[in-house]
Amino acid sequence: MAKIKINTDQCKGCRLCIHFCPVHHLRISEEMNNKGVLYACTDPHTRCIGCGYCYLVCPESCIEVHLLEPSETKKTHT
Amino acid sequence: MSGNEAIGEGAIRADCTLYAGYPITPQNELTAFMARRMKESGRSFLQAESELAAINMVFGAAAAGARAMTSSSSPGISLKQEGISYLAGCELPAVVVNVMRGGPGLGNIASSQADYFQATRGGGHGDYFTPVLAPWSVEEAAQHTMQAFDLADFYRTPVLVLADAIIGQMMEAVELPEASRFSRPLPKKTWALSGAQGRRPNIIKSFFLEEGGLERHNEHLREKWEKLREKEQQSAYYGPETARILLIAYGSQARIAKEAVDLLTKEGMRIGLFRPVSLCPFPDHALKKHAKEKKMVLVVEQSLGQMVEDVRRVIRDTPVLFFGKTGGGIPSSQDIVSHLKKVLEK
Amino acid sequence: MSTQYLRPSSLRHRETHYCPGCGHGILHRIVSEVIDELDIRRTTAAVAPVGCAVVAYNYWNFDCSEAAHGRALAVATGIKRVSPDLCVFTYQGDGDLASIGLAETVHAANRGERLTCIFVNNACYGMTGGQMAPTSLIGQKTATTPCGRTPDTGEGWPLKISDLLAQLPGVCFVARCALSSPKEIQDTARQIKTAFQHQLDKRGFSLVEVLSPCPTIWQKNPVEAMAWIDTEMKKVFPPGILKTP
Repeated sequence: MAKIKINTDQCKGCRLCIHFCPVHHLRISEEMNNKGVLYACTDPHTRCIGCGYCYLVCPESCIEVHLLEPSETKKTHT
Repeated sequence: MSGNEAIGEGAIRADCTLYAGYPITPQNELTAFMARRMKESGRSFLQAESELAAINMVFGAAAAGARAMTSSSSPGISLKQEGISYLAGCELPAVVVNVMRGGPGLGNIASSQADYFQATRGGGHGDYFTPVLAPWSVEEAAQHTMQAFDLADFYRTPVLVLADAIIGQMMEAVELPEASRFSRPLPKKTWALSGAQGRRPNIIKSFFLEEGGLERHNEHLREKWEKLREKEQQSAYYGPETARILLIAYGSQARIAKEAVDLLTKEGMRIGLFRPVSLCPFPDHALKKHAKEKKMVLVVEQSLGQMVEDVRRVIRDTPVLFFGKTGGGIPSSQDIVSHLKKVLEK
Repeated sequence: MSTQYLRPSSLRHRETHYCPGCGHGILHRIVSEVIDELDIRRTTAAVAPVGCAVVAYNYWNFDCSEAAHGRALAVATGIKRVSPDLCVFTYQGDGDLASIGLAETVHAANRGERLTCIFVNNACYGMTGGQMAPTSLIGQKTATTPCGRTPDTGEGWPLKISDLLAQLPGVCFVARCALSSPKEIQDTARQIKTAFQHQLDKRGFSLVEVLSPCPTIWQKNPVEAMAWIDTEMKKVFPPGILKTP
């Protein structure tokens, strides 16, 4: 399993990551970042499958996909 | 050898690593010479697809820290002005040779000195000057080329060698130094593109979009220019110190003016020749000294009068007259003598 | 799941000046990834174009030079000739490469310079406000073709520069890719890596054309812009490998 890290202050809210995420793990925020845009954030109700699509399409390179340690994976499953 | 070949030989001896050229008369012997000599010595010769490409190949080689040169003649130099402006803005050392011919437009292929303004006023867009050296002999054509590389590296600037068709085409015996005789140590090119190994990336640019960025950069260029203007003025004087008439000419026209000085000296006239060697910076200091206590100054050019404006800027209290021919016309020594006599009769 | 997706070290930690959804950010990252993978960051020199990507050197973490508009491949030629051990590439837009710099492009390719050219095709001049580019599509409305580009009125046809260059013997590799989906972005990275590898192997001139979104000038949202590449641009500029050794 994987975990997404988003540098939300760098996000320009283009929503490409949200569009291309196959499991709807990404959504737009309800509040603005310091740039004044609604930014991409993760949805706690869905799980990241680590496909990297969000990383690939992000024009700001502000998304990274990290592997989860086995212990963290368990935590996510519970 | 010819002046064109001497320029090439000077470049070879100055360790020029890349030469890019494009055919145009009257400098083709230089390109042909470089094609042979650069290849012989394992260096890079490029016949570019245009003058624009040639100057930008030189830009690239200079950005990578190599000594590089391009040459052309007047219409081609107009095309190179874009690149010269970028070289100046990016502070890249390079040598550009102009073997001048007649203009405007396609003009003709006869000798001319009509690119003086273009050469000494920057030439391209923006706030900058480039040093300009004007040889009057084949030997000096080679020496100036070698010196141009040193000045370019020392000040991080493009340098122009401004020859004309007569200098380019004429043949003379020459004696050349093996290597450059620049008196000062040249700075290391730590700014060059060589791969970001053990250092932060180097960036070559002339683009300053941030508030005040370009103003600061251009002020830096100005400070550098002012140092250069004080230190790099070059000129020569021929004739007695007691001369009352001063002729002023550069390049091939100075050779012809020297003959006129000899003719008139034989007739008993007290006359001397002042020859600007660096046209930019113009040799203000030496000219001021030589213009003292003169009755009259005559500037002779193969143009409708360009350098004369610099002379008039420097000399305010003596009449400065002009005699020139344009479009391939060359004032002969006899023309100069007759003109001077006519003026003096008035 | 075995792959991590981390920001490449050849890309500086700096926010870009590009519009939301712009392809340049994606492509800058792809180039950086390839340079990391080939481990050539310390032996690379890039030449940035004139256009929106003029300050690409602010984002890349390797040596870089600007070039006058259209002259990038002449500048790159100069660098490569005196420093043959550097990996030298240009990053140029359609106006820069296929209009004002056409002569420099064709002749660098025809000399077989060992250079790599990343050609960003977004069918418009972005930075100057969306004028017609040589690659603008027929019917495409731009600032200078307000009724849509019409060849019949002398505005010409979309210039397929990659197809032209692929004919030249000095060119060893030409590929056309798109940034319109994650899969194609991965493919773009593969083609760019191949192009660099050809340069490292001293094979000749290599070029990768990348169909890239310009949502602002196209007046589309970033998602619609990606779709426009698929539905319109690819019809004229079909992706694929046009030449390979």
